Amino acid sequence: MNITLYSRREWIALAILSALILIVFPATMDIFRLNLVGKYLTYAFVAVGLVLCWGHGGILSLGQGIFFGLGGYCMAMFLKLEASSPENTAIQSTPGIPDFMDWNQVTELPFWWVPFKSFPFTLVAVVVVPVIFAWIIGAAMFKRRVGGVYFAIITQAFAAILTILIVGQQGYTGGVNGITDLRTLLGWDIRTDGAKVILYFVNAALLIAVLLVGQMVRVSKFGRLLIAMRDKEDRVRFSGYDVANFKMFIFCLAAAFSAIGGAMFTLQVGFMSPSFVGIVPSIEMVIFAAVGGRLSLFGAVYGALIVNWAKTSFSETFPELWLFAMGGLFIAVVMTFPNGLAGLFRSHVEPLVARLLRKPVVAARETTTAAEPAKLAAE
Amino acid sequence: MIGDYTLVEFSSILAMQGFAGLILFSVFVLMALGLAVIFGQMGVINMAHGEFMILGAYVTWLCSQFVTAYVPALFPIYFFIAMALAFVASGALGILVEWALIRHLYKRPLDTLLATWGLSLILQQLYRSVFGAREVGVSLPDWMMGSFPLTDIIEVPINGLFVMALTILISLAVFLLMFRSRWGKQVRAVVQNRPMAGAVGINTKKVDRLTFGLGCGVAGVAGSAFTMIGSTGPTAGQLYIVDTFLVVVFGGAASLIGTIASAFTISQAQSTMEFFMSGSMAKVLTLLTVVGILMLRPEGLFTLKMRR
Repeated sequence: MNITLYSRREWIALAILSALILIVFPATMDIFRLNLVGKYLTYAFVAVGLVLCWGHGGILSLGQGIFFGLGGYCMAMFLKLEASSPENTAIQSTPGIPDFMDWNQVTELPFWWVPFKSFPFTLVAVVVVPVIFAWIIGAAMFKRRVGGVYFAIITQAFAAILTILIVGQQGYTGGVNGITDLRTLLGWDIRTDGAKVILYFVNAALLIAVLLVGQMVRVSKFGRLLIAMRDKEDRVRFSGYDVANFKMFIFCLAAAFSAIGGAMFTLQVGFMSPSFVGIVPSIEMVIFAAVGGRLSLFGAVYGALIVNWAKTSFSETFPELWLFAMGGLFIAVVMTFPNGLAGLFRSHVEPLVARLLRKPVVAARETTTAAEPAKLAAE
Repeated sequence: MIGDYTLVEFSSILAMQGFAGLILFSVFVLMALGLAVIFGQMGVINMAHGEFMILGAYVTWLCSQFVTAYVPALFPIYFFIAMALAFVASGALGILVEWALIRHLYKRPLDTLLATWGLSLILQQLYRSVFGAREVGVSLPDWMMGSFPLTDIIEVPINGLFVMALTILISLAVFLLMFRSRWGKQVRAVVQNRPMAGAVGINTKKVDRLTFGLGCGVAGVAGSAFTMIGSTGPTAGQLYIVDTFLVVVFGGAASLIGTIASAFTISQAQSTMEFFMSGSMAKVLTLLTVVGILMLRPEGLFTLKMRR
């Protein structure tokens, strides 16, 4: 197929975004703020997944926190096992197991923790575990043609179930505090400033890679089918396509993106807890995509950055106002600008930019046309 | 002998857990009835339903404070006044919300979900600003306190009985309203075929608004009942919203009988299992079973046969 990945305008947009997160932020921010932006960018992974899954595919998942959390927990389990080597945990009654297990009278590492001693396994599990989970949910739902609000409610129920499970099984999961006190990655201390900068760049590079993958999906034939399914599912089915498989694929892809975000979150923030898994964070992740523009991959990144930045600065200064602002944002984004910031940009800023850019060109042409008669006259 | 218990003890435990489940069942039914009216009849997902319930709970609390302070003579019966006020307050707020928000979004069900979630955040913060973050509890009149001994092991709390009687009455009222009144007929006509209902002269917009108001009003009454068995806080409603949605979907969204049956199944399953394992595991198992069954039978337990 002869498809260009980006139009010229989109290449410029990608260049601006990359310059912003790779050059401007690291150059202007201190390490604390940069780490914070790195944390926001991990949510952008989820938002990018939601743009594909919800904006393009019409599948609203209210359970993206599940995949974010599973990815994050996989990474956290590896880091926790490394942090609780027998030497570090010599004072425990059972050395060599994570501290919260010891506190909860667990005397042996549960079997499903054991594989997470291996780094390669963890890297695979970060993506594969959430994708398998997404595949199971997707297969059960989409094959039976369940969609729309039912799908949203079921995914939300899963988010609730997983949170209750993690909080309830304190001895195996760290309970409501989550998995904390993570120190090193393969002997490399992730708490130092230098490590935080490197992790920020790894995160940013991964995000750009995810954006490229998302764009590849979007411009492919599959991307067109996605939009067709969103708008007239039955027609796509009658044309001989297996709608359920396409939906499962895009849901799994969104889950994989979220999981990568979750793993990077754990690495940068240094802990993982059920408060990033449940219903509330999952819906907040939807608002990142909605504010950015549910059809725009770049918009999703800006949405995640802006909403989280607003959240941090609001809750620092007026904690009571934040929920009002957030609620108002939900309502406003749905009622007045359903295509989010990207839509506003397209309808308001872009014509302005185009006019500004066109002016010199038009002026130049006018001078040539004005010059021509003169030239003719001279001849 | 079952485990460490004799047969009598065991059956008493089952009965006690069953009764505890019945109170949970009452709250589920009252909340789910309102939600089923809104979701099943109008196809609108109201994520702020829990907050409408909590509004009813706060109205009841305000009423109890007011009555104890100014007209103590009315205290034994203040609860009935409170319920009526809760219904009116939640219903009025519901009508306002429908007018300001929901009516613009009927064609975009996923967007109503996000907008009402935003509304629920605003309401939660509003409650927190007005009533404070601390949970409040109402004081019950004397005749509702205490319990009623059935056998020497089994004791039945009177407020639980009251809540259940209330549930039955309200369910009956909603049934009569939906299936025996002229207005209910209009609602069902609008659900089945909106353009035709409009063509025969039903004011569909007015029906929508009143239906939404009724659903929210019932949630307010649920809030009144809720004050008797739990304490009221700004975020208490959110804890129930997922369960209630599952109850409605499990029962089959358009069927009120299904809603009641599924509320019964879910609450009984949860409360019986709570005795045998930790509360959180009981909840996980119940929810997983419900979700599992929904995956096999997505249209819910009780659904009219329909073409798709």
